[in-house]
Amino acid sequence: MLNSNGSKPFQVRSKDLSFWQRTYIPEIVKGMVLTAKQMFRPKFTRQYPEERFNPQPSYRGRPVLVEEEGVERCVACGLCARVCPALAIEVQGSETELEKERYPVKFEINMLRCIFCGFCEEACPEEAIIMSDEYELVFTNPEDAIYGKDKLLMSTDRLRTRLEFLRKAR
Amino acid sequence: MEFLLISLIKIVIVLLVILTVVANLVYVERKVSAFIQNRIGPNRVGWMGLLQSPADVLKLFIKEDIVPTNANRFIHSLAPIISIVVSLVTFAVVPFGDTIHLFGYDVKLMIADVNIGVLYILALTSLGVYGVTLSGWSSNNKYSLLGGLRSAAQLISYELSMGLSVVGVIMIAGTLQLDRIVELQQGWHWNAFLTPIGFITFVVASFAETNRLPFDLPEAEPELVGGYHTEYSGMKFGTFFLAEYANMITSSALIVTLFLGGWQFPYLETFGLDPLWVSIIQVLAFVGKVAGMLFFYIWIRWTIPRFRYDQLMNLGWKVMLPLAIVNLLYVAGAVFIFGL
Repeated sequence: MLNSNGSKPFQVRSKDLSFWQRTYIPEIVKGMVLTAKQMFRPKFTRQYPEERFNPQPSYRGRPVLVEEEGVERCVACGLCARVCPALAIEVQGSETELEKERYPVKFEINMLRCIFCGFCEEACPEEAIIMSDEYELVFTNPEDAIYGKDKLLMSTDRLRTRLEFLRKAR
Repeated sequence: MEFLLISLIKIVIVLLVILTVVANLVYVERKVSAFIQNRIGPNRVGWMGLLQSPADVLKLFIKEDIVPTNANRFIHSLAPIISIVVSLVTFAVVPFGDTIHLFGYDVKLMIADVNIGVLYILALTSLGVYGVTLSGWSSNNKYSLLGGLRSAAQLISYELSMGLSVVGVIMIAGTLQLDRIVELQQGWHWNAFLTPIGFITFVVASFAETNRLPFDLPEAEPELVGGYHTEYSGMKFGTFFLAEYANMITSSALIVTLFLGGWQFPYLETFGLDPLWVSIIQVLAFVGKVAGMLFFYIWIRWTIPRFRYDQLMNLGWKVMLPLAIVNLLYVAGAVFIFGL
């Protein structure tokens, strides 16, 4: 039996072992030397509340609505709600005097349903809903988990790195 | 009256020391395991996380104590008590220092000077299995029962080689009194050097007796959920936890007493120190040796994976028992030829 790449599988049979290997003891000592060395290696732990994780622009944090000159870019087309595999987004549109003609009266994302797939961002024709770099989501009851427009709006300055990344990626 | 009072003081001191050491041992275990896995470990509660164990105990006390519906309520409550009592009581015969002269009294630094100390220890360590097996049976849970049965099988298999390796020490010392055994290991005449095979078999058997990692089949988490303490919560679970660590301390103390010279500090008499200082250094030597053994226990735990059940039985009956018998013959021959 060979592995899929044609190499011999790594298999140890007790009859192939030398006498000392079969007594266990030298092997155990080897293992203990290894663990003793590990004790003095640098640690990987991030001391979270003090040491924060700074995501790359490619990171998909919580989805937000892009706010430009005080108004959201969203035109309430509903594509994001349509594409959302977790059915987390609810949009209700209406007409407005502004150039974009339509705007969302209600835009809600249930953060308990959201799976951070980023499909809404991909589907959006206006680049109005994008994934931010925020990953700290805290709520104490299911009602608080439904984020309305007040929590979803985020200015373009704050989202600059992500917007640049998206432009490069497209 | 004086005797009673001195004994009582010794009991209280030893009990307090063991319980504090247990609490800190849990902390040390978590720290060492963290370092071995390149982590930091508990560091939030108190300075360097030192208050983690008291916080955990407090949490365990506050938690709800659940007894399964069809469990045998009496035995379910009795089992953790058996475990902790056995592991603490065994310490009674362990000498942790030479006779010390304090406030006009000659105080022997062991709680009970029993002339059959070794037998007492072997008897009580075998009793420990009742706690585990009864908890497994009374929980009315298949995983608990399996854990309890495994523990019974494991302890019987390893008790034999443990007993036989102690017989070697008894033959060299010619006594069952633990303080005599320690006195005879003066200087570098430690039994570990005189009977190296017996030392190894005894250490391995103690790992099995205390259910520590290469042999922690009774509680093997991935296979048995939690083994014998699956159905325990709150401070009953905490008691099992305490018992495990108290067991570790007791068996480390036994290894040190029987094989590593107990409180003996080599060449101490050549320094010409005050007798009181000599006694203190001897107690510290004992504590240091036990601490070293405890670290060894933890180190082994985070190095070696668990044995399979058949491997455990093979090792116990086909390797450890013959080795212990070979050791016995070797010691008997040596004692016969050189005469001790």
